Amino acid sequence: MSDSLDPVDALVLDGAVTDDDTVDPVLRQRLQEATMRAMTDDVGRLVARALASADEDGLVDVAWAVADTPIGPLTVAATPVGLVRVGFGDAEAVADELAAAVSPRVVRLPGRLDDVRRQLDEYFAGARRDFDVPIDRRLSHGYRLKVLEALSRVPYGVIVTYKDLAVATENPGAVRAVGTAMATNPIPIVVPCHRVVRSGGSLGNYGGGPETKAWLLRHEGAPLLT
Amino acid sequence: MSLPPFQSLLDEHAADVHRYVVAAMGAHDGADCFQETVVAALRAYPGLQTGENLRGWLFTIAHRKVIDRARQRSRHAVPVADAPEVVAPPPRDSSGDDELWGAVRELSPKQRSAVVQRFVLDRPYAEIAVTLGCSEPAARQNVRAGLQRLRKEVTP
Repeated sequence: MSDSLDPVDALVLDGAVTDDDTVDPVLRQRLQEATMRAMTDDVGRLVARALASADEDGLVDVAWAVADTPIGPLTVAATPVGLVRVGFGDAEAVADELAAAVSPRVVRLPGRLDDVRRQLDEYFAGARRDFDVPIDRRLSHGYRLKVLEALSRVPYGVIVTYKDLAVATENPGAVRAVGTAMATNPIPIVVPCHRVVRSGGSLGNYGGGPETKAWLLRHEGAPLLT
Repeated sequence: MSLPPFQSLLDEHAADVHRYVVAAMGAHDGADCFQETVVAALRAYPGLQTGENLRGWLFTIAHRKVIDRARQRSRHAVPVADAPEVVAPPPRDSSGDDELWGAVRELSPKQRSAVVQRFVLDRPYAEIAVTLGCSEPAARQNVRAGLQRLRKEVTP
């Protein structure tokens, strides 16, 4: 019998409209359909245009994009200072983290990451050994910051131990603290914590998983013991 | 208190905000209002004291952009006295959309916004009232008055 239901009753019944004093189902439908026909612009394109304009006004504190790589998708994020985060997790988790740690003005703005994504492509294609992008180290502090700065000087294809880094940062007893610095490295791959292994030669942990660490070291032609 | 990434607001609400500004202003002005809404929202976002009802907050900004644009349009409208003497009748499109939008544009900006929110977006009166910055009965009254004018001007 629903076919013969009065249109107003139908609207009230399906909960779309709770006020019948002003309901005009015909007009309502015409407005909705006419709006659909008028929506000729793709909203994604409009958002991109708006964000590009906001970026020109300096309103984008953190821009992120996803880079597709042989080790899976990487979320890359940059502030106006430079690359601030490379994440193995999904983009939303990375965006949440950056909204809390840097600024809630976090948006997907791939254009701001073109340079780093191109360099990642080249790295994974074997055509690049060093990354040449500005780095924003604001997510690291104190001794961890010092260790990660030292880590940035470890060259492509070279393996060092946690102990080596502790010594290099003039704190030879701080092997565990070095391990923590590696585990909390906000910018893996570009700041190469995959090049740091245990003194015995075993790989040790890695944010992207031990297979990923092994993959990266083989890719760089590093002399693996295991 | 921490606010979610601005991107999540866009993911959740951009399509509805776009629908609202297009219905209120047409595709062209709607696109401009949309862009202004996104930029203004991003500018104000870190100053928000709470992450509650971000959807309502976005619509309030969009509504202000619609009102501004509608006022601009009426200021720039050609005065009747300057109109050419012979006016060709507007071409009638088969859908009747032109006539409908013509009638919607004749509404006051507030009525227009209220009618669009109620009938295109199915927003409850309580939310429309917040967006318009008025009481719920006043929001109802705006919708009712807008509808009455539309009914008179639109061919059934």
